[in-house]
Amino acid sequence: MRRALRIARVLLASQYAYMLEYRAEIALWALSGVLPLIMLGVWQGSGGAVAAGLSPQQLSHYFIAAFVVRQFTVVWLIHVFEEDALQGKLSPYLLQPLQPLWRYLAAHIAEQATRIPFVALMLAVLALLQPTALALPSPGALLLGLLAVGAAFALRFLLQTVVTMLCFWSERAAALDRLLLIPYLFLSGLVAPLDTFPAPVKSFALATPFPYMLSFPAQLLAGMPVNAAAGFGALAAWCALLAPIAWLLWPCRKRRVSRPSRRIRLTGLLQRAGALMGG
Amino acid sequence: MPIVSVDQLSRTYRVADRQSGLRGSVEHLLRRRHRDVVAVDGVSFAVEPGEIVGFLGPNGAGKTTTLKMLTGLIHPSAGSVQVAGWVPARRQPRFLEQITLVMGNKQQLIWDLPALDSFRVNAAVYGIDDSEAKRRIHELADMLELGEELSRPVRKLSLGQRMKAELLAALLHRPAVLFLDEPTLGLDVNAQARVRDFLADYNRRYGATVLLTSHYMGDITALCPRVLLIHQGRLFYDGSLEGLTTRLAPQREVRLELRHLATAEEFQGYSELESLQGHQVRLLIPREQLTQQVGELLSRFDVLDLEVGDPPVEELIGRLFRQGSVA
Repeated sequence: MRRALRIARVLLASQYAYMLEYRAEIALWALSGVLPLIMLGVWQGSGGAVAAGLSPQQLSHYFIAAFVVRQFTVVWLIHVFEEDALQGKLSPYLLQPLQPLWRYLAAHIAEQATRIPFVALMLAVLALLQPTALALPSPGALLLGLLAVGAAFALRFLLQTVVTMLCFWSERAAALDRLLLIPYLFLSGLVAPLDTFPAPVKSFALATPFPYMLSFPAQLLAGMPVNAAAGFGALAAWCALLAPIAWLLWPCRKRRVSRPSRRIRLTGLLQRAGALMGG
Repeated sequence: MPIVSVDQLSRTYRVADRQSGLRGSVEHLLRRRHRDVVAVDGVSFAVEPGEIVGFLGPNGAGKTTTLKMLTGLIHPSAGSVQVAGWVPARRQPRFLEQITLVMGNKQQLIWDLPALDSFRVNAAVYGIDDSEAKRRIHELADMLELGEELSRPVRKLSLGQRMKAELLAALLHRPAVLFLDEPTLGLDVNAQARVRDFLADYNRRYGATVLLTSHYMGDITALCPRVLLIHQGRLFYDGSLEGLTTRLAPQREVRLELRHLATAEEFQGYSELESLQGHQVRLLIPREQLTQQVGELLSRFDVLDLEVGDPPVEELIGRLFRQGSVA
């Protein structure tokens, strides 16, 4: 246990130092995640949310919370993993007595920590421009919201781990991830709050993992009425389903050749930038 | 007891077989054809603890594939491997703690951070406590003549400094078996010499076993008393470098510098005339006739300088790979 904690501490420290080297790039990535704010503008203009029973203030609170959730649930594992496998960078990791996924997890957490000041600055600017647009949740809601953000990140990371493991069967697992982006955009509540969906569509959405990746934590942070127990239960269930799949796929992956096809051409950086802008 | 045992090791890759052009692409889309490429074919050898063995072969011979199977990065298609008593393909943590792989064209150090940060990560991963890690870093840095470079971001280091830092990172956990794939690739002559000296020193101090591939014969001649030659996936020589030279070169090379110009005809009756350029003459003479023929050359020509040696090893091995067998 002590060794595991030491590895976690050292990995996080080194990855945070590494991410700080790319602070300007990360600031740009944070800026590129403004899709919820754009959607806020669209919904405010259309008046559709009022028809669905949401007040203009609730709409603002929701989309600003969605913006925050999205900033801290971005996962780019598949792109960096594919790039590392292609360029042979994965080999040294595979030769060390540490599951390589822990390094990638540490890199994601470090990147999110690096984003914090930029996201805070963007929220401060929003608060200055439109003071009523932001809602300060109660300490309890804030704590639950932050927990939900962490769990949502874990769910997205696990889902992408499963897809990543498929990159040794499919030559373009990143393409599969792109395919998942479409249901994520529509079913997570990123382009429209789930309450604006027709009831059957909302029921269908809630049966998928996507609303728990964004809508659920955003609703908690926005102080909207939401069944927290059901939400956390669904997050736990999806994580419990995906974690063993990822665990089982890893040894199967090891039996495959040491790297995927050479036909993967795009650089990981471009793919990663695309993922950050899109998802 | 050997620390590395390889028995009938083979690895076959399945590759798409496709014609060029649009027609080929369409045909491939509709009817995929594959063929098997044998990268390693029934290779067997054993390495004793503390040995330094050179693994030689032209590009695509199967050296790197073999190293990857020895480290467990890829699974063999057939045959068996044991390294330090473990089956590499299982990649158990205890096995991984016993080995290291350094590839000259790949890096494990974090590019934008000082190498020391990567060493700290490695120390944590291998469970080396901070004070012991510091002691080892200091010791290895001394051996590698590294100092304040370790505090500079890796991207700011020269290629030679970076390779030395890579070696330090790879050896911090003091592995029993070192697999080195082109560790001096792209380094200048001085840096190559320093890396070789370090590897020889490391082998002496810790009794580590080293399996080394290199295209630089200097690495092999300086470090490896024993060589394995692999060509088209097959091992066709396993023995001493000296034995190989004797077997491949039954002749000795004689270089003469003459006071007066001579013609090729004047050397008829002597052994193989390799080159005649101005006053410089190069001959290959069978070992058993060496004394007699050199005596005759000295009496017949006005010789300013004479040098007798073996033909360059690279030349011999190059010839061997072209022939495809040890004659």
